Amino acid sequence: MPGLGTSFGRGGATTAQQDLANADCILSEGSSMAEAHPVGFRWVMKAKERGATLIHVDPRFSRTSALANIWVPIRAGSDIVFLGGLIRHIIENNLFFRDYVVHFTNASCVLREDFRDAEEGATGFFSGWNEQQRAYDKESWLYQGDGLSFPERDPSLQHPRCVFQMLRRHFSRYTPEMVEKICGISPKLFQRVADALVAASGPEKTAAICYAVGWTQQSKGVQIIRTASILQLLLGNIGRPGGGILALRGHASIQGSTDVPTLYDILPGYLPMPRGDGSEKTLGDYLAKQTKPTGLWHNTPAYFISLLKAYYGKNATAENDFGYDWVPKLTGNHSFFEYLYDMADGKMEGMFIMGQNPAVAAPNSRFQRKALAKLKWLVVRDLVEVEAASFWSNSPEIERGELKTEEINTEVFFFPAAGHAENDGTFTNTQRLLQWRQKAVDPPGDCRSDDWFMHQLAVRLIAKAKESTDPVDQPLRALDWWYPEDKQGAAETEAVLAEINGWHTDPVAAVAARGKTDGIVFGVNRQGNPHHGPQVADYNELKADGSTACGCWIYSGVFNRDGVNKANARQSKDYLGHGWGFSWPSDRRIIYNRASASPTGEPWSERKKLIWWDKAHNKWTGGDNPDFPVGKSPDYRPTRQEKGLDAIPGDAPFMLHEDGLGWIYVPKGLQDGPFPTHYEPLESPVRNLLYSRDTDPVVNWFTRPENRFAPPGDPRFPYVLTTYRLTEHHTAGGMSRFLSHLAELQPEMFAEISPELATELKIKNSEYICIVTLRGAIETRALVSRRARPLQIDGKTVHQVALPFHWGTAGNVRGAAANDLIPISGEPNVTIMETKALACNIVPGRLPRGPAFEDWLARYAPRGGPPNLHPEQPPPGAARGKLAAGHEHESPIR
Amino acid sequence: MIGEGIQSSNQRRHSFVKDHVEVGFFTDPSVCIGCKACEVACKEWNQVPDDGFTWSGNSYDNTGHLGASTWRHVMFLEQDRQKGNQITGPMGLPFEPASPARADPQSEDPFRWVFLSDVCKHCEEAGCLESCPTGAIVRTEVGSVLVQNDVCNGCGYCVVSCPFGVIDRRPEPLPDAGGAFKCTFCYDRQKSGLVPACAKVCPTESIVFGRLDDLRARGAQRVQQLQESGYTDAQLYDPTETSVRGIHAFFLILGEPEAYGLPPKPQIPTIYLKSAWTSAFATAIGSFIATLLAFTFFS
Repeated sequence: MPGLGTSFGRGGATTAQQDLANADCILSEGSSMAEAHPVGFRWVMKAKERGATLIHVDPRFSRTSALANIWVPIRAGSDIVFLGGLIRHIIENNLFFRDYVVHFTNASCVLREDFRDAEEGATGFFSGWNEQQRAYDKESWLYQGDGLSFPERDPSLQHPRCVFQMLRRHFSRYTPEMVEKICGISPKLFQRVADALVAASGPEKTAAICYAVGWTQQSKGVQIIRTASILQLLLGNIGRPGGGILALRGHASIQGSTDVPTLYDILPGYLPMPRGDGSEKTLGDYLAKQTKPTGLWHNTPAYFISLLKAYYGKNATAENDFGYDWVPKLTGNHSFFEYLYDMADGKMEGMFIMGQNPAVAAPNSRFQRKALAKLKWLVVRDLVEVEAASFWSNSPEIERGELKTEEINTEVFFFPAAGHAENDGTFTNTQRLLQWRQKAVDPPGDCRSDDWFMHQLAVRLIAKAKESTDPVDQPLRALDWWYPEDKQGAAETEAVLAEINGWHTDPVAAVAARGKTDGIVFGVNRQGNPHHGPQVADYNELKADGSTACGCWIYSGVFNRDGVNKANARQSKDYLGHGWGFSWPSDRRIIYNRASASPTGEPWSERKKLIWWDKAHNKWTGGDNPDFPVGKSPDYRPTRQEKGLDAIPGDAPFMLHEDGLGWIYVPKGLQDGPFPTHYEPLESPVRNLLYSRDTDPVVNWFTRPENRFAPPGDPRFPYVLTTYRLTEHHTAGGMSRFLSHLAELQPEMFAEISPELATELKIKNSEYICIVTLRGAIETRALVSRRARPLQIDGKTVHQVALPFHWGTAGNVRGAAANDLIPISGEPNVTIMETKALACNIVPGRLPRGPAFEDWLARYAPRGGPPNLHPEQPPPGAARGKLAAGHEHESPIR
Repeated sequence: MIGEGIQSSNQRRHSFVKDHVEVGFFTDPSVCIGCKACEVACKEWNQVPDDGFTWSGNSYDNTGHLGASTWRHVMFLEQDRQKGNQITGPMGLPFEPASPARADPQSEDPFRWVFLSDVCKHCEEAGCLESCPTGAIVRTEVGSVLVQNDVCNGCGYCVVSCPFGVIDRRPEPLPDAGGAFKCTFCYDRQKSGLVPACAKVCPTESIVFGRLDDLRARGAQRVQQLQESGYTDAQLYDPTETSVRGIHAFFLILGEPEAYGLPPKPQIPTIYLKSAWTSAFATAIGSFIATLLAFTFFS
């Protein structure tokens, strides 16, 4: 999210999958789209049919590679070098889209004199590094002058401290030769890719980039996305048809789960979670800090106070800061991994697991299962009895005697859940598209939806809180839990959507139940009393005075005054799909689409026209809803006195940024550097050839004896390990391993290795092998195929081993969990673990059963010694980048 | 222009059954992504049981072949050949002599992975139908070949008569064991104006359903288009010259049919009837004469 958020303003894909059909070139890297997003891949195939070049950069030859024009095998974990090489090539050969870059990006902005690049002395550190806190003081990263609103710019791009010149110097050593040495990609192949991309740039052409968890699940995932963003800005591909960056999400509603987040550190609509360190004690403090002088985030008070009104209803008043005190404050890193450690240490009593299966799906799953056994109680809601619910009886640790069923005191409550066809709701897909799904049948037996469960739990908890006088229960007592119920006792999902859209808070007494008059969609609460007024049209109608409530401002407009649930719309009117579902914000399908027109407002070309300035009517018009103030003329220039959107010039398409520009350089909002820099994965068979620093300095290692990392070049773990997904299975397999029609298609765990490695190890296709890391070992079958290839990395042959991660100990088909091998780690900005590039060893043969396993493992992955084996790894308990930096969210849209 | 050519042909409703129009499948591996959605949709719609959880070790193909409980089968062929002008891999990288897989050190390392969704061919002259003694196998209004499971007595004649090895008897302990099963062309769906399940779900239109004459034209056009863009080994597999006299589910293939397990010259067994009967008759006469002779000599 912060990769796209800091580059462009919003943490969502910039385009729609349908629009890929208009691309002249598609680069898929860090994603196997045909494998993991086969339905959306139809648009890629349409583009290919129309002559587009499809490039797939991936460690393994996947189903996507099979359909690509060019497959580029790459060493897992070296993406920034490859993309940085492309950036260097484009700059040095003057191949960038100059008009676009000069007007629409911050390439011309001048940086401060005290900023030092990681390139200077090749240290890998930017200015402001604090070794004690393991974090950056980011003051020197800002633009020259005051703030970010009206930066000093040099349109000639010649100023030695302008972003463009800094960028040029930053990537100057990312040469094709360096790409060959680090990534294993030959200069000839590199040139083919560069030519294809450059040929698809300019007024007449566009190229799109697709990525997925192959980038995000790396220790510098955000910075890889940043590199791609820079590339797309230089080529002039953002906001234009057939261009953009498509963030292919990990499953059905991952985009939705960050928009209306299940995350600990943001509130709905990417509003930062208030901090408990004293700096955001009052609503005033919070708003003063989070409200930007210019750009769309100037309206933060309206969005935030409307959210508080949605939470607390009439209990939120101007006098009590709209209930700001009741909002939990962030006191530290409360990410999943942090509380996993608390769980393992016995500091956490109980847990709810809904739609997740950490015993298979989470990194270091061996440790996860052992940690689950420390809980007093555990609630699991799922369609089937997944391993997270059955770990106490069927996990490998039970078989091996590491855990004993009779000694596990965890009380497991397994609740059968309803499937997606058994309840109403929305998915927000990869392209920010909200699609309503209707309940087809009632769930069988006692199965109930998550909605039912959460609603019933809330009703009961609130009732309990109302019996108490303890101030700690006040936030629960203050909740405005008004939702009408359906016949099973779940909150009506459309009522929730209506609240997400937002309404005027003054109740209208006269409305009948479900009256759709005067823009009121629900209007009355569960008890039948008037509850609120008419719906708001969109987020522009939200106010900071408590007269409006809105559950998630970016979704506003989905269910507005006409009473039509637009997520449920199914009449597609055009190729972008307007009329089918609702794409946030305000049904804009390609965001930043102001950039599809030239600085003066004409389409860049007839072939690539999307929206343009209609001089006759003085407004933006075209094939998409303009992602720009509709009446703002391209000639408009602020006088530097304006606030909010008025401060954004008419030729600045990225209006969520204070300066309205696309950020090639991120002056604020990232923890680990304003420019992307190549660091090796936390475990790597080779050293960093570019910098004296091997790994990202700010990364969170989660150092612990059970979670050790091999030092760089460790001869015991010579192979690169990468994980991936198969089309036939769904993530941890809860929805596929238990279904015969899917399970029979990929019935067993396997590892893909090259014929060269197989020869070296003297193993044949389909024989058993054991894969070992410092975290554990698994047994699997070897699938020997030329789809895996050894690479030459700086004169050394590097083999890569690819593992699907779908299996566990329950279901129709069973197998080892690849995540037993993966360490827990935290990318500096989002605390995502690195699963895509690690080091492993292969031992031919089968794993011993029972207690002999531990001795066997100790032979190949000796225990003992310090937990921080990697020279750059801090000891346990050391300050950790993000935590020490205090959870900054300068750019709230991540 | 943006937005051009994105309509799919598999989503429309039709009245082919009512209008007695010959229909077919055209399956095109050049756009197949190997997702196996066709296999799953087929099993879901037709309630075909699973047929074992056995890992094959043969690329991603754990289905193996068509059979009584597999009516669509996606093949995964890994070949040391180039697909069109596709570039797959480390061009110009230092050659590794240790590599056993690389036959020609001068080549640019050709490799391809081809997916093809196999299905009952619904032959113009169908071996299974010709051999069925009970009349369980019939030809429908749309030209497809349908097994009526409530009539089938499980004799298995059809199994040996299919030149493609498509139809098979379902073994115990699966439901309806003993009867012969194969693709129904989703005749039930077609009667309601729906497209067969496999074509309906195919995300890239690798499986196209439609009027047979339209599809044949489309197939020929596609071959030409592919050949012009570098797929020199693209050809149609539609054996019209042999006794099956053409198939209703035909394929575009890259390379030779044998690689896909498709017989280059499929024949239905009934063409051997005449010679078989002739030789049987001759043998009978011969035996009769020999018997007569024997009696003549020894009496």
